[in-house]
Amino acid sequence: MSKSKKGMNIQAKQQRAGWFFLAPASIMIAVFSFYPMIQAFLTSFTTGTGVNVKKADPLFYNYTRMLADKTFQRSVGNTFLYLAIEVPIMLVLAILLAQLLNNKDLKFRGLFRTMVFLPCATSLVSYALIFKSLFALDGLINEIFVNLGILENNYNFLGNTGSARAIIIIALIWRWTGYNMVFYLAGLQNIEYSVYEAAKIDGANGWKTFWKITVPLLMPTIVMTVIMSINGTLQLFDESMNLTMGGPAFSTITMSHYIYNNAFGLGVGKFGYASAMSFFIFVLVAILSAISMKVGDNRD
Amino acid sequence: MTKKNSSAIQRRLIPTYIFLVIVSFISVFPLYWMIAAATNRSVDIARGKITFGVYAIENFQKLASQNDLWGALGNSFFYSIVQTVIALFVCSLAGFGFELYHDKAKDKVFSILLLAMMIPQVATMIPLFKMISTAKLLNTVWAFILPSISTPFLIMMFRQNSRNFPVDILEAARLDGLSEIKIFFRMYLPVMKSTYAAAGVITFMNAWNAYLWPKVVMADTRAQTMPMLIAKIAGGYTTDYGVLMMGVLFCSLPTMIVFFILQKQFAEGITGAVK
Repeated sequence: MSKSKKGMNIQAKQQRAGWFFLAPASIMIAVFSFYPMIQAFLTSFTTGTGVNVKKADPLFYNYTRMLADKTFQRSVGNTFLYLAIEVPIMLVLAILLAQLLNNKDLKFRGLFRTMVFLPCATSLVSYALIFKSLFALDGLINEIFVNLGILENNYNFLGNTGSARAIIIIALIWRWTGYNMVFYLAGLQNIEYSVYEAAKIDGANGWKTFWKITVPLLMPTIVMTVIMSINGTLQLFDESMNLTMGGPAFSTITMSHYIYNNAFGLGVGKFGYASAMSFFIFVLVAILSAISMKVGDNRD
Repeated sequence: MTKKNSSAIQRRLIPTYIFLVIVSFISVFPLYWMIAAATNRSVDIARGKITFGVYAIENFQKLASQNDLWGALGNSFFYSIVQTVIALFVCSLAGFGFELYHDKAKDKVFSILLLAMMIPQVATMIPLFKMISTAKLLNTVWAFILPSISTPFLIMMFRQNSRNFPVDILEAARLDGLSEIKIFFRMYLPVMKSTYAAAGVITFMNAWNAYLWPKVVMADTRAQTMPMLIAKIAGGYTTDYGVLMMGVLFCSLPTMIVFFILQKQFAEGITGAVK
């Protein structure tokens, strides 16, 4: 009896030690993530700046203002445009590359992988500035296109809405394809080679093998990369800020960029309004992640 | 496999090779161009010069004299290293606690923490700015690192990888009379070396590349980081591309070196929490 009680004490002591170990990290997440999120929600019901902050009247003033704000609508539209075009192209390309690089007969696999993966080593600001310079009015791309006769005169890629948006999308694909490929390569390495051998014996061609074996087995990885990509795209900031500065005339601005402009960018901080918009992004991220998870779960 | 057979396989792979060479070229070219441009004058870059030039030193001197290059580099290294060390300690301790001392209540806490993954950075930015500014921490290393020390991603990574930690070691250490915290330092830390390496690489990269948050809380020029510095150079009225690309090169060099030396750990760090 006394012995078992002593044993319990030791175990209880150990469990308590466990709580001490996880406490600092947990408290920090509560203080620096959950608490600010609640604060942002409360702030979204206020108006005014500095010491003149007061409760919004009507309470949903910032939200109704947000829905009527043309620039905000534009920023939501842009963000979803990037999401709808960039994410599918990038993920398909990433799966394709992973599939090709997973071939045992392929030579220079390591070299190819390193090169495709390399863009991940550059910071977001760096690559945004590199692309900005490449596509500048007096940049290399214009020089090449004019010399090849594709363009007659230098074209202001970043100064025109359509091309500016396209460049943001191209830049995003360039930066993130290798990153996603790494997930798929890791996922493919978990698939036994014998599965493919068996498929080959059964007469399945490469295309069929890809759809019937690779994609279903990679499904959990695909769902995860989709969620990460949605999350990342909804929060795009560095590219909009440094590649196009949101221009021309806000036609490429992202939601995060517009929120930043309202809170910290131009003159007085409209914290209440910016908070309302940021809460909107939070809801979007939550909804879209939930949908992706549901879709992924229905696979069997 | 016969030789003939293998050359037949290689012949069938030719389209694959061509595709991979094109993709690799597109992946590498912008970075090559950045390095080449750092050695050229702005006029030559505008004329489409893509080979290396002889103006690297001149570009560097302009970059260093017109901007506080060493200050920004020093800040970036300082913030990134401090954040990496503290984040690894706090998050690995939590991962250790969550996995090796797990019970129902702790699992519940963990699943609540995971919800923080859904919170966009821009959503907490304003309240965090107010907190940091009230605490008079603006433009200090604390402003930079505090929100990024404890992340669900890192905790999850250490928790998942702790599953491979042999429980026998734990029991043996306890029988030897080691206290729980000493088990962490003397047993867990050395055994989990590879997880620390992967987590360290990814944390350092993220800290080095951070831009939005530092822009909010490190407004003082003396506190600025490398990404902020090069963004400022690019935002000027006229841009000297040679100087700008020299700046971009300096901003990218540390992460590229880390990438080439620790590519395996970097890849593991990215996929770290997924197992």
